[in-house]
Amino acid sequence: MSLLSLTSLTVRRGACPVVDDVSLTIGTGECVGLIGPNGAGKTTLMRAALGLLPHEGQSSLAALSAAERARAAAWMPQSREIAWPIAVEDIIRLGRMPHGTRLTPRDTQAVEAAISRMELDSFRARPATELSGGEQARVLIARALAQDTPLLMADEPTAGLDPAAQLGTLDVMRQIADEGRGVLLSLHDLSLAARSCTRLILLDKGRLRADGPPQEVLTEETLAEVFHLRARIHATPDGPLLQPLERL
Amino acid sequence: MKPLLALSALTAALFLASLLIGYSPIPLGTALAALFGAGDPLNAMVMQDIRLPRALLAALVGAALGMSGAAMQGFLRNPLAEPGLIGVSASAALGAVLALQTGLAAAYALALPLTALAFAFGAVLLVVLLAGPRGASLTLILAGIAISALAGALTSLTLNLSPNPYAASEIIFWMMGSVADRSMSHVWLAAPLILGGLGLLLTLRGGLDALTLGEDAAHSLGVSLGSIRTRLLIGSAAAIGAATAVTGAVGFVGLVVPHILRPLVGHMPSRLLPASALGGAAMLLAADIATRLILPERDLKLGVLMAIVGAPLFLHLIYKTRREIG
Amino acid sequence: MFVAVASFVRAETPVRVVSVNVCTDQLLQLLAQPAQIASLSPLARDPRSSKLAQEAGAYPQNDGKAESIALQEPDLIVTGLYTAKATTEMLRSLGHRVEIFPPAYSLDEARDAIARMGGLLGPEAQSRADSLLAAFDSRLEALKATPGPRPRVAFYYALGNTAGSKSLAGDMMAAAGLTNIAIELNRPYGGALPLEQLILTDPDLILTGQPYDAPARATDLLDHPVLKATGTLREIKSGASWLCGTPFVLDAVEELVTLRLDWSARQ
Repeated sequence: MSLLSLTSLTVRRGACPVVDDVSLTIGTGECVGLIGPNGAGKTTLMRAALGLLPHEGQSSLAALSAAERARAAAWMPQSREIAWPIAVEDIIRLGRMPHGTRLTPRDTQAVEAAISRMELDSFRARPATELSGGEQARVLIARALAQDTPLLMADEPTAGLDPAAQLGTLDVMRQIADEGRGVLLSLHDLSLAARSCTRLILLDKGRLRADGPPQEVLTEETLAEVFHLRARIHATPDGPLLQPLERL
Repeated sequence: MKPLLALSALTAALFLASLLIGYSPIPLGTALAALFGAGDPLNAMVMQDIRLPRALLAALVGAALGMSGAAMQGFLRNPLAEPGLIGVSASAALGAVLALQTGLAAAYALALPLTALAFAFGAVLLVVLLAGPRGASLTLILAGIAISALAGALTSLTLNLSPNPYAASEIIFWMMGSVADRSMSHVWLAAPLILGGLGLLLTLRGGLDALTLGEDAAHSLGVSLGSIRTRLLIGSAAAIGAATAVTGAVGFVGLVVPHILRPLVGHMPSRLLPASALGGAAMLLAADIATRLILPERDLKLGVLMAIVGAPLFLHLIYKTRREIG
Repeated sequence: MFVAVASFVRAETPVRVVSVNVCTDQLLQLLAQPAQIASLSPLARDPRSSKLAQEAGAYPQNDGKAESIALQEPDLIVTGLYTAKATTEMLRSLGHRVEIFPPAYSLDEARDAIARMGGLLGPEAQSRADSLLAAFDSRLEALKATPGPRPRVAFYYALGNTAGSKSLAGDMMAAAGLTNIAIELNRPYGGALPLEQLILTDPDLILTGQPYDAPARATDLLDHPVLKATGTLREIKSGASWLCGTPFVLDAVEELVTLRLDWSARQ
């Protein structure tokens, strides 16, 4: 089942397209990594898909009403903003807003599931602003999980996390996909992307450059062309491993 | 819900105290009977037509300023956003003065609060546009200085040009605010707009909570930023405009009250809104009682007391956010 | 230079007199020869402020600023105590003769001001002042002798102020046979009186000034429904007579006597 489909999505900044004629579909059970160099248009693509930016072409999510969209896709922006020292539990409960203002047993259940999945039980009463950056990221992921939507979109969810936390976060994303939901993440760490995602989408200067299983997308040729990177790719039992050698 | 109950009890107690404490001593029982028209008609007149409107206005105006402050802070995610400091009250006062001096208010009673509302709306709009989506402290404070200075100067100018020699003496009223010797007609004029504005602001609760996580996250939670902004503009302009039109600009209520109450409601913007309305009412009632106890011979202005309490707190908040201001 | 100073000192009857205050305007108009008056203050033609506003149209008006007054080369400047102090100082330092008339706080002080102005303006003015004062005294005696009860009265004006007993207005009320509530409230100098205190004192009459055309919150209080509801509110028509210590204060006293007689007739 398709959770997100983009048809010829184009976003312009002035006359210059930042996302250029991108079409793709994301279905259930997929954990899709969106990769590309800085400025390739990853964030713009996701924000336009959510209807946050004016665009041409179609996005199935942007076409929904705000309330319907909030039940179809959860979104975790890159800026981890928490404006007030609100308790972790209250932050996570915000994820239940699209499901009505009355707190039902289902709401409590979803919040508790998100808390235990992100291992935040010991933090639940702490003000979220007092936590470390990595802990805050986990709180915000839990908030998005509590929204309990078929599709979860996250912009660089692993930025600023230590290696173990990065792995832990991506494992959670993968689990969610394996449970039958869809995930779309933008990622900078190509090895991690190759290890955790079922599929990678490579953007270059706003255009969709490659779309497929990690080993097909991540080749030494595309790395050189798109990332200007000479790198060696080792096939290992845990997936492809990328060894950067020099900047081209 | 406990803080709301406690605040309601406090507000009710202060409301009663405001009715019972006056310039002239009236025994408790006599005063309560007079409030319902029993006993000496002079006492009834004082209780019903002088003290009751005064207490009602203090409570209404306090609620308007408290909740508007909390709503603006929630929207801009900045604890320094305050109707008085960002020039909204001063603009509303200018609107009111213009309505009075042009004779518009004499022709249509409603012109007074509505003109004040329009000017307050303009000021909030300007601040929201200038401060941008996430209200940066520096922009807020600078915009506030500019708007307050301009509105204050134009208010003074308008009053100085008045052929009534006493008009100039009321500049202090418009800048400092007072609920002394207002009548029930002022209550009827302001109450519907204040209550309507507060009702509209209350619909922002969920949206302001969601905005804690930023605009994108709020949008993905089904919150429309445009609708929130419109309701904030109209709601706060109605509440502040109507309040200022009858009592002048009282500063710092919207700063002090949310700041004190925020920890008690777990910092949640949604719970802060009703709490700040009650807290604002309580604070202004207390301040008005204080003006009568401290200097009964003089018409001590509410804004003077609020500034004595509020300005040090404002400095403290600037100190806390000074890194952001840079 | 010496000659100029000497002639200045000898000039006992000033020939070019400038007034910078609405009270000295009126004294000047009453006592001086028209030719002596070089110019009157900016308020001289305002009927709300001056009883001689109409007559003031015959004289030039000054703008109250030191520069233009100095250019008129007056040999006497008369002004009030609180009228633009900086202007007064400036004119003095320019070598002009400035006579200051402090506001009158009683009918006696009003008499003194009339006599003093007469003395300043020369022998003719002096005799005019003497006859004015004689008429003043006999009229005041007659007004004071009016019989009848003495109602308790509050004079309540802009900003919620009330007239104290030790003020010109208080003295005028006493002369008219009114009992000022400021006495029982122990406020000899008047000052702001909260509305509720005024109501609870329950005066027989509350006197207020005439409303202005333009609104001001200061005078707005006089429209408070409670004041109207007492049924004791009376509007004073003789506003300009109250402002200055001139013979016109007796017009105001006469109005007060009429109000008192009217009140006792209704009892």
